[in-house]
Amino acid sequence: MSAGLFYALTGGLLFALGLAGLILRAHVLRKLLAFNILGSGAFLVLVGLGGRDGTPDPVTQAMVLTGIVVAVAATALGLALARRLLELTGDMALPGEAPHGDD
Amino acid sequence: MKKALQWTVAALCALLAAALTVALLALPGAPVRLAAEVEAQLPASGVAHPVTAVLLNFRGYDTLLEVAVLLLALLGMLAAGAGPRALAVPPDPLLAVPPDPLLAGLARTLAPLMLLVAGYLLWAGAHRPGGAFQAGAVLAAAAVLLRLAGLLPAWARPGRRLRLAWAAGFALFLLAAAGGLAAGALLRYPPDWAGALILAIEAGLTFSLGLILAGLFLAGPEAPRGGGGA
Repeated sequence: MSAGLFYALTGGLLFALGLAGLILRAHVLRKLLAFNILGSGAFLVLVGLGGRDGTPDPVTQAMVLTGIVVAVAATALGLALARRLLELTGDMALPGEAPHGDD
Repeated sequence: MKKALQWTVAALCALLAAALTVALLALPGAPVRLAAEVEAQLPASGVAHPVTAVLLNFRGYDTLLEVAVLLLALLGMLAAGAGPRALAVPPDPLLAVPPDPLLAGLARTLAPLMLLVAGYLLWAGAHRPGGAFQAGAVLAAAAVLLRLAGLLPAWARPGRRLRLAWAAGFALFLLAAAGGLAAGALLRYPPDWAGALILAIEAGLTFSLGLILAGLFLAGPEAPRGGGGA
């Protein structure tokens, strides 16, 4: 197994892990962190598959570089919205989810 | 009941992980070798590093829209901070304590060096790993460090100059992209000018991206430290 494929497989696991966290956790901050793990998994899959044959693929690397910056901005926007949610409801869980049931 | 639902979700995600693993292992090799295509066209791109060539030339459209997305995220963040509040969120305790003199001294020493590193990364992007995004990230990190050290006030009310600076990189990129229309297509740079154009675009992007990324941390509804601000 090449290093690139190993990265891609790790990325697949991270993606599933992040998805589980995104669904199972009620706290918005945890959801955001899980979403970042999910995104990092997708980036790892892209970069890993691009470098499967030993030579890195500049196209996937450029795409992932773009993605990372967008993910940072999206996370900041998410944090601002979470703060707004706290200001309006006094709670860091989305309506309908268990407010303090995070363990 | 709730526990059962949670276990179901966990099991489904584990199943997804297994399916992804199988799919990745069974994936055939890429039918097109993009790396070779990039390598073949590299001399026409104006830069010597393949990732920079893809970002700013071959797939410039993606990068242009990415900068637009960054601006939108910043606008969204600023908009989310406006409006009435039912509940006052206490200020960040990290920013409420008086700044550590050691941290302030370190930040004073590091900030000029980080400016230098950002300039180097911008220049290096033409022929080795580096470029506008890395340089902008270093600039933003310097601003965040200065903010945490208490040397820079929060941008509670971004003025006209800051807003223009946020948009300048995107505007410059858009202008260069539209200039390609004269040559026949959006974002088509004349090969003789490509290197200089890419450097100019990257310099503008570094400046604006640094301020945008810093703005994601510094701008917002938060009151400046100590109630007054500098």
